[in-house]
Amino acid sequence: MLRRTLLSMTSVAALGLGGPLLAADVPDDVTLADEQTFSYRMLDQFPTLDPQLNEETAGSHVIQQLFEGLMIQDDEGNLIPGVATGYEANEDNTEFTFTLREDARWSNGDSVTAQDFVYAWQRAATPATASPYAWYVELTGMENAAEIIAGNAEPDTLGVEAVDERTLRVTLTEPKPYFPAMTSYATLSPVHQATVEEFGDDWTDPENMVSNGAYVLEDVSLNEFWRASKNPEYWDAENVVIEEITGYIINDSSQALTRWEAGEFDLLEPIPAGSFPRLKEEYPDAAYSTPRLCSYYYQLNQRDDAPEALKDVKVRKALSYAVDREIITDRVLQGGQTPGYTFTHEATAGFEAPTIDYSGWTQAERDEAAQQLWEEAGSPELDLTLIYNTDESHRQIATIISQMWKQKLGVEVTLENMEWSTYLDVRKAGNFDVARSAWCGDYNEPSTFLNILKTDQEQNDGKWSNTEFDALMDQAATSDNPQAQYTEAEMILSNDMGIIPIYHYANVFMLDPTLQGFPMQNVENSWYVKDFYRVAEE
Amino acid sequence: MLTYIARRLLVAIPTLLALIVVSFLLMEFAPGSPFATERGVPAEVLANLEREYGLDRSLIERMGIYVWNVVTQFDFGPSFVFTDRSVNELIAQGFPVTLTYGVWSFIVAVLVGVTLGAFAAIKHNSALDYAAVGITVGAQVLPNFVMAPILVLIFTLWLGWLPGGGWQGGQIEYVILPVIALSTSYMASIARITRSSMLETLNAGYVRTARAKGLPMRRVIFRHALKPAMLPVVSYLGPAFVGMITGSVVIDVFFSTGGIGQFFVNSALARDYSVILGITILFGALTIFFNLLVDVAYAWIDPKIRY
Repeated sequence: MLRRTLLSMTSVAALGLGGPLLAADVPDDVTLADEQTFSYRMLDQFPTLDPQLNEETAGSHVIQQLFEGLMIQDDEGNLIPGVATGYEANEDNTEFTFTLREDARWSNGDSVTAQDFVYAWQRAATPATASPYAWYVELTGMENAAEIIAGNAEPDTLGVEAVDERTLRVTLTEPKPYFPAMTSYATLSPVHQATVEEFGDDWTDPENMVSNGAYVLEDVSLNEFWRASKNPEYWDAENVVIEEITGYIINDSSQALTRWEAGEFDLLEPIPAGSFPRLKEEYPDAAYSTPRLCSYYYQLNQRDDAPEALKDVKVRKALSYAVDREIITDRVLQGGQTPGYTFTHEATAGFEAPTIDYSGWTQAERDEAAQQLWEEAGSPELDLTLIYNTDESHRQIATIISQMWKQKLGVEVTLENMEWSTYLDVRKAGNFDVARSAWCGDYNEPSTFLNILKTDQEQNDGKWSNTEFDALMDQAATSDNPQAQYTEAEMILSNDMGIIPIYHYANVFMLDPTLQGFPMQNVENSWYVKDFYRVAEE
Repeated sequence: MLTYIARRLLVAIPTLLALIVVSFLLMEFAPGSPFATERGVPAEVLANLEREYGLDRSLIERMGIYVWNVVTQFDFGPSFVFTDRSVNELIAQGFPVTLTYGVWSFIVAVLVGVTLGAFAAIKHNSALDYAAVGITVGAQVLPNFVMAPILVLIFTLWLGWLPGGGWQGGQIEYVILPVIALSTSYMASIARITRSSMLETLNAGYVRTARAKGLPMRRVIFRHALKPAMLPVVSYLGPAFVGMITGSVVIDVFFSTGGIGQFFVNSALARDYSVILGITILFGALTIFFNLLVDVAYAWIDPKIRY
């Protein structure tokens, strides 16, 4: 979402004026299939399709097809115009004026106006809506957002106004050069006021919903499937090739794989852990592994009541060095994941990883260093509690790492698995020594990772704290080119071993070879079906 | 008889109330919250959410309001997770699905199970008996979470005859696999119970008398042996029927039927309090009702039983 590197005004203005952008970019020499449909597997049912109430990925994938924000992403994840044709920012990036396209229409034929955005954004913030994602509006830095959410200001004081039908002006409390990128997220999609007011909670039902994206909702059967068809009113409808989208909810991943192999749908993501090598061999033109902006790591508890030994940097380093990451990526996961030595995923845009010393060593060298550090720390007798949320691959990884620690350092580890809600509770309360954790970037920029390890951050449950690191991240927030700070922050993190990075995610999926236009380069796994097309089978 | 039924129905009310209270307490003490996320929800947003769903009130107040709404308006409240749907809507979507494949599974399990069991008993110690026992033992040791993937592998991937999941409004090709997977182990139990109970009855004095006075075998079995042999089967069928129509999580998850079993499990995992309660009450009421039905059926089958 927030893409600093792209956000110079010129790049966006150029995109806005550079002629019409095609939705699906079909090369001249391909023969399109007669039936243009796209179907995919969803792991879980989306709880809602209300853009302002949605708080998770499954829902935002669907909302992205049904609603279009001011800006959207292209197949590489670059920001391109959506409903807006472009925008202007003032000198210090606190005021943005978006121009909306003339031909943007709702699925009932109404024009999409600036007022639709004002209504939707106020709706997201107001306490009456009780949106679990209201904080996103606060995150954008729009004037009065925090006060409105807390109930201390009226919703209409939010820093967004419709100057006229086609002009939207946004006022921020602090400079946010990447604000336009934030408008591509589901929460800031427009909604059709008359429809929401007429039907209340039921406005998202297929028979009531009015949307402005490339597709309109046809059917939702909870825990079974959802279906949408092409929206003839969409401003770029003539370039939308796929006529129908179906998402099937299939919880069990091996069942999902069997059904994909039986040809029931096009896209299967993710595939069962460890099955990638077999699938790649069996379906070489359908199995893919691309980088995915998420990092897997272990938090070490640094709170007052945590074991003293964990507060010794030598112990933390020894524990980290003793983890043979290649066994985890190459023997357990086997899906193109890479060993992690930095917290930030190496595929993050503009990230220059520092040279982490132990990343270049052999595992034998790391083990030797670990044992030496362990002795220097007085060979503490440790019995650690490692918590993870119930999942087969988390269990495998925890078992392997606990074995490595026991064999190399003599550390006893008690594994405790718990289901997700309980795990969150226990982690938040700090009732652990080591906690399996993972973080996925909200936007393609290193700060989305590094910021969560600052001392006061909600997600920093291990409570690792380093003033130098905090200061660097604060500096980075206002810097024009913060890459140097990010590199240094990673260096500090590694020298102090605030967390144990384990591996960097890959998006491992199966895609029917006749389906083209899928954004392989988008590390945020964000896709728009309007860009896809299906070629005829040879 | 009628007074008996009325008395049983009256007893059901405090039973259901106790169920609500226990469920409320269990949920109160379970760790986690429906609004918890890894990111953490800011305090003021959390406050808005708790106010919206009435979680800022005391336990007693919440329980009172809940019972009042259920009793006066049959309203089980809004779902905490499916934000634009109510519990009534979720049940209205999921229960008919489960009911459909549950009833079909019941019919299949009873017809096949009773037939298999009865024949095995009549042809005691014959090849047919051994075959029937072999089938039932096999069916019993293949639980539905093993059956389901095997069926999909064979009928969807290899043969390509049937879809591997989905419901599509209950079209027959979508119903077949869930019904086979769900009914198999029930069928096996019914067959085993029928067989042993039938064996016992066939050796009973009155059956021997009936045969001795020269009645044809068919008449002996249908007129004298089958009905009393059904008593233990019927007592098994009550809970089994509730088990089948309240859905199997395994069936719902494997075949993506959209049935109520998956809502139940997901709501427990997500701490969707109102959905857990709604479905618990529904299941409780069904269990009470069908146990009553079984008791009534007893009196019909065995004239010696009187209430």
